[in-house]
Amino acid sequence: MKARVMVMLRNGVLDPQGEAVRTALGNLGFEGVGGVRQGKVIELDLSETDPESARHSVTAMCEKLLANTVIESYQIEIL
Amino acid sequence: MRAAVIVFPGSNCDRDMAVAFREVTGAETTMVWHGESGLPDNIDIVGIPGGFSFGDYLRCGAIAANSPICRAVVDYAKAGGAVLGVCNGFQVLTETGLLPGALMRNANLKFICKPVGLTVETADSIFTSGYEKGQRIEIPVAHHDGNYRATGDLLAQLEAEDRIAFRYAEDINGADDRIAGVLSANRRVLGLMPHPERAVDALHGGTDGTAMFKALAESLVSA
Repeated sequence: MKARVMVMLRNGVLDPQGEAVRTALGNLGFEGVGGVRQGKVIELDLSETDPESARHSVTAMCEKLLANTVIESYQIEIL
Repeated sequence: MRAAVIVFPGSNCDRDMAVAFREVTGAETTMVWHGESGLPDNIDIVGIPGGFSFGDYLRCGAIAANSPICRAVVDYAKAGGAVLGVCNGFQVLTETGLLPGALMRNANLKFICKPVGLTVETADSIFTSGYEKGQRIEIPVAHHDGNYRATGDLLAQLEAEDRIAFRYAEDINGADDRIAGVLSANRRVLGLMPHPERAVDALHGGTDGTAMFKALAESLVSA
């Protein structure tokens, strides 16, 4: 079973990289991009077969390592 | 005085920190590899050096913070041990939770490598007792991710508890309230982005870091 974790900066935390991407898009002539937030996607291959247990253990992984919950939030998809 | 300096794959200021401990404080200094599960006996301080531990993969300091030796460092600090984390070491300390807040990419996205002016914000710690509160010093910085974030009530709490050790004289990286270094609640753990170990010899171009190591030598007497 696979899991996909999406880690994003929390709302309200200024994202300097997203801002730089937004400026670059504007420079390329793409108009109407009000804001850009940049995050990361982490895919995990799990030996677990039960979706609930998988979600439980991936949540623990996020809390302990994959996200810094001081500044980041995460979403888990079990695939 | 006895010191231990932790070495991760990608640390690159470990030797500088060991030289500062040995030359300025006379400490017997042991280098400790990240895979070790315990610290040497009878040490007075642990140094977590600058560099790019584990290639800064995932987040700066995140993987190092979960290495076997860091579990021992957390136990040591929780038992009242002294820990100095510089640059990447500061990032490691926030990732372990020993220090609050987080360090993000510099607001201007640039790697900043230059001597900067700092203000000593408190002289009330084993690290800063050799300075005067309000003293202006110059220490080099070399970082890409030094933009300190104190979310929620943290900023007010750090201020109220006199735990902001250093501020940048001028904003260089977007850090909240220009914070360059913070102390733990028990004042025995200091994390800072500037490199005091790179300012302990006239040949470094400045010696304003010497007072920190001298203060440590005076405060920490070997058992």
